[in-house]
Amino acid sequence: MDSEQSRSRRTFIKSSSIASLAMMLGTPIIYGSNLSSGDSIIGEAITEWFDLPGKSSELTVLNDRPINAETPAHLLNDDLTPNDLFFVRNNGIPPNKVDVSIWTVSIEGESAKNKKAYTIADLKSKFKTHTLNLTLECGGNGRSEYNPPAKGNQWSIGAVGCAAWTGVLLKDVLADVGIKSNAVYIGYYGEDTHLSGDPDKDPISRGVPISKALEPESMIAWSMNGQDLPQLNGYPLRLVFGGYPASCSGKWLSKIVIRDQVHDGQKMSGKSYRIPCDPVAPGAKVVDEDMCIIERMPVKSLITYPKTGALIKQGTRLPIQGHAWTSADQITAVDYSIDFGVNWMACKVSPAKNKYQWQRFEAEVEIPKVGYYEVWAKATDSDGNSQPIILPGWNPKGYLNNACHRIAVKVK
Amino acid sequence: MANKKSNPPKMMVPNWNLFIGLVKFTLCAIIMAFGYLLLEDDINEWINRKPLPIGDINKRSSTSDEDDWNKTVNGIHLRSGLHADPNLQVIIGACTSCHSSKLITQNKATREGWKQMIRWMQKTQNLGDLGKSEPVILDYLAKYYAPKEEGRRQNIDVEAIEWYVLDLEE
Repeated sequence: MDSEQSRSRRTFIKSSSIASLAMMLGTPIIYGSNLSSGDSIIGEAITEWFDLPGKSSELTVLNDRPINAETPAHLLNDDLTPNDLFFVRNNGIPPNKVDVSIWTVSIEGESAKNKKAYTIADLKSKFKTHTLNLTLECGGNGRSEYNPPAKGNQWSIGAVGCAAWTGVLLKDVLADVGIKSNAVYIGYYGEDTHLSGDPDKDPISRGVPISKALEPESMIAWSMNGQDLPQLNGYPLRLVFGGYPASCSGKWLSKIVIRDQVHDGQKMSGKSYRIPCDPVAPGAKVVDEDMCIIERMPVKSLITYPKTGALIKQGTRLPIQGHAWTSADQITAVDYSIDFGVNWMACKVSPAKNKYQWQRFEAEVEIPKVGYYEVWAKATDSDGNSQPIILPGWNPKGYLNNACHRIAVKVK
Repeated sequence: MANKKSNPPKMMVPNWNLFIGLVKFTLCAIIMAFGYLLLEDDINEWINRKPLPIGDINKRSSTSDEDDWNKTVNGIHLRSGLHADPNLQVIIGACTSCHSSKLITQNKATREGWKQMIRWMQKTQNLGDLGKSEPVILDYLAKYYAPKEEGRRQNIDVEAIEWYVLDLEE
């Protein structure tokens, strides 16, 4: 304690030299439009040491303001991803004071027949409660591999997880409010705040087509794996849409609008969560008008056992396990290769309890001789789609990388 | 806290020493207030100090050399995680008051690419005009956070793997 204090004092003295002060004061005012007298105009580069509330220290933190953290592949071996290991993709600052007893979600919009608000207790008492195992994956998962690089959080492979979500079906709630025949989209609003502190700006307000909202797996959930939602994953209430970019599954949910047009909230337009309507060459410039909203996510898989880097003895059989998921009805096959895609062998694939749950695959791998190997996994879904071995189509924001997962193994 | 009866107010007799004292006190207060305005961040940080910032947040351990937050190791400014440079304070001031420096360090782009990101932040994220700082910032970003020439898919980074012995049944 004492040494910490003296260290801080030294730092204080050091960093307050007139030269560095002048330099700092010389920098422009950034959020000039919403500075109040109490706000600091001097930028400070502080990578604060902190724990992510409710999250394992084994998550890889990509960004701390807003918080973005992914799960290493070998920690995703559970059929249901534990709450403390579930990835976090925040666009703003989560609400810090939540009173569950007065939390409401209102349903309104030009295509809503009525405007209604429900407390969480209302949702629990008025509608049938369901528990579904649904996979959520960030649209930008895998972005780090694209070249030319795309801006944004450089997710590698772990912005995905599957949990048992408990809540009510969105379609039941929308039916209670009444949907006009001209409805085309729903949009959400949450209680997180914009990074700039501007109360008039939403950090994110996305949504899904009305047909997706009415699917029997689309939920308003208050529980994850039998517990309250983690604060960073939307406590106390969120949307959950399996098979769509996870950004559609609004967190800290307080309002749903039924729209007579495609929802036009934050991160619905421009290049956010959009890919070129027609394929483009890597690095191509694409104007906003030629970008289309991502709807269904592609088929994908992860090898979750063993962790990459296993050194094994010659003559042993290597068990591999993992999960595969899709926005189609189900995974129909997962194959693995240990010779860089020359030969593929089938894995055993377990069925899902419900649509959008990831499915476990496993195999016993025989490796004939010593050397360096990569185990690759490739899933195929009921639409007949599979995973590319190299990168899929380049897009300006680096979405939808479903290239097959690879782990490295050495046999001695 | 003993119960005391308040004394009757004494007559204030103006005297020269009191006046000098008041002047000194006022001057002192003005200097301190001005000093606080200048050093507000540093003071607040000093008061609300937290465990040391570290380069790699995942390790959740403090750095061994805790004496100098502004130290540069292998070309990296420890406190911010940004590449050291004579203009680093301009980048720190302009960028990290609103977002994490990790948003810079994990990205790569050409000068034009970084410029587009600044325009996007100005258009949608309330970023103001960067004025004379903009070319300085762009030069810095294009120099240290430029794209690398890579193929359609990179090799697995074998050097980065932590190899471990996996015992299996024969």
